[in-house]
Amino acid sequence: MAKSLFDKIWDAHVVQPAPGGLDIMYIDRHLIHEVTSPQAFDELEARDLPLYRPNRILATADHNVPTRNQHLPIEEPLSRSQVDKLTANCEKYGVELYGLGHARQGIVHVIGPELGLTLPGTTIVCGDSHTSTHGAFGAVAFGIGTSQVAQVMATQCLLLSRPKRMRISVDGELRPGVTAKDLILYVISQLGTGGATGYFVEYAGSAVRSLSMEGRMTVCNMSIEMGARGGLIAPDETTFAYVKGRPYAPKEAAWDQAVAYWQTLYSDDDTVFDAEHRFAAEAITPMITYGTNPGMGIALNGHIPSEVPASEAESFDKSLQYMGFQRGESLLGKEINYVFIGSCTNSRIEDLRAVAAYVQGKQKAGHVEAIIVPGSKQVEQQAIAEGLDRILAEAGFELREPGCSACLAMNEDKIPAGAYCVATSNRNFEGRQGPGSRTLLASPLVAAITAVQGRIVDITQYLN
Amino acid sequence: MEKFQTLYSSAVPLPLENIDTDQIIPARFLKATTREGFGENLFCDWRRNPDGTPKPEFVLNNPTYSGQILLAGKNFGCGSSREHAAWALYDAGFRVVISSYFADIFRGNALNTGLLPLQVTDAELSQLFAWVEADANTQFVVNLPEQTLHVPAHDATIRFDIDAYKKECLINGYDDIDFLVSQKPAIEAYEQNRTWSW
Repeated sequence: MAKSLFDKIWDAHVVQPAPGGLDIMYIDRHLIHEVTSPQAFDELEARDLPLYRPNRILATADHNVPTRNQHLPIEEPLSRSQVDKLTANCEKYGVELYGLGHARQGIVHVIGPELGLTLPGTTIVCGDSHTSTHGAFGAVAFGIGTSQVAQVMATQCLLLSRPKRMRISVDGELRPGVTAKDLILYVISQLGTGGATGYFVEYAGSAVRSLSMEGRMTVCNMSIEMGARGGLIAPDETTFAYVKGRPYAPKEAAWDQAVAYWQTLYSDDDTVFDAEHRFAAEAITPMITYGTNPGMGIALNGHIPSEVPASEAESFDKSLQYMGFQRGESLLGKEINYVFIGSCTNSRIEDLRAVAAYVQGKQKAGHVEAIIVPGSKQVEQQAIAEGLDRILAEAGFELREPGCSACLAMNEDKIPAGAYCVATSNRNFEGRQGPGSRTLLASPLVAAITAVQGRIVDITQYLN
Repeated sequence: MEKFQTLYSSAVPLPLENIDTDQIIPARFLKATTREGFGENLFCDWRRNPDGTPKPEFVLNNPTYSGQILLAGKNFGCGSSREHAAWALYDAGFRVVISSYFADIFRGNALNTGLLPLQVTDAELSQLFAWVEADANTQFVVNLPEQTLHVPAHDATIRFDIDAYKKECLINGYDDIDFLVSQKPAIEAYEQNRTWSW
């Protein structure tokens, strides 16, 4: 019988069926960070359970870390205590930690792929909803809660019900200035913030196939923003070329065996999905969000909807009131206070290159504060090696040290109440970037152009 | 985890859609390393002004409404996977959230916390909001073994679905970790027999 990519990977990881139609699923890779792991380690201790497979866990400090002076002790006492607790737990249980000061520290969803830990056909979990990022490699990767983090620590398994499958196909060629971020913001705006709840999404079609691994990661990263359990893309030559030679990737004979297996990982021709959506790449324009969930997105040169269903009106108007926008309004010309380029969605070298290529020889607007937070030390070092740091500095952009930073504002990188921030991150929820902050999600290219212009513009007129 | 069988309570209405976990518990409160105490900051930015004074218009500050049931708009708990959201609701005294659907990760986190995510239809949810709006003291009876939500004042009974395994876990106060640890021999056998593993 025809099988989807998702089902091929799922079936290969069923230890055995469990009561109530659930499966005991084996987890190949468990990524942990300082915020959602301490209570799970406590759970092991309280139950006197060992950590079952320490070599399948990788830890990093990212959510809570400062993005300046990482060589100094963390000033904020609670953040410091959480990061210290991670270090102590990793030492006690023998977990490899890519903490502050490590040459490969960074955002958990950036360093997994960089290290070659993220491989096609694997199951990957992390106490973080953007774990779906790793699906770009043809992995079944998804976010879990802390109780589940403890379960994986204790048994390397989870008890799960198989989600439904959805395929989202985008065919055709993306127009100039339209990036992977625009593609996924467009899809989410069409399906809505809960439109894929209960599903695992496969992204397909020629426009998806033509994306780089960085672009595919951006797409899969935001699967959760339409409620999907995860998102994945069938591995291909682009995937293999990215993975080959990375520190944890299979080597020599093992590499050839791996590729032979990975080449079987695609949805069979006559696979029936529980839901299918098709979009034309040509219909996608540069996007921006205007509201307080990622489904509230429009074309940059479009208008905020004037009409919404009566049942949604109260939430919709509350959202616009928070943002300081009106129904039916265009965003063009709106002044912006901050630009944040970073997060597990868009902080990779390709993103920094896109920003640098645009801002080279230009200056950010005087009233805009522009922050760039690379996804990892490796990205930061690469940017310096390519001279991007100099270009960015000359244009008035501040290149910080790696971490989650102003995406969720757990550290000191916060957007003040009432200020507008064009952000390359993944969530525009109320207060996400700091109490009262107003976030507009967009691509790194849109963010760079906005920083230079100081206001929202139709970027198609400003492309280099 | 505490056992859950039957709950008699009034409900607190929050008729907004897509309530994300950043609203339930903002990220800046996730720095604690234990599970307790998050209820203090439940819905913090809707509940309090920046200076800490309460916002009287928010429902949790309105003495008219009380109870261990939160009645919320569809797609409750979307966004971040933080289980702290379920812990905060539980710590603040809630034992049931009723909505017309829940985000997947939140639903799992709630069940693992002993908080029942009770899903009804859109039409039923509108009816429940209307009843609570008309009478804030409307009593509900959540009967987990029977899988029913009963509203005595209106002689109405709504049947709800729940995964049979998770239902048993809630009724008995078990969690998945106990079950999974008991399956260690099968897990070890799987590891031995895998043809492909990196």
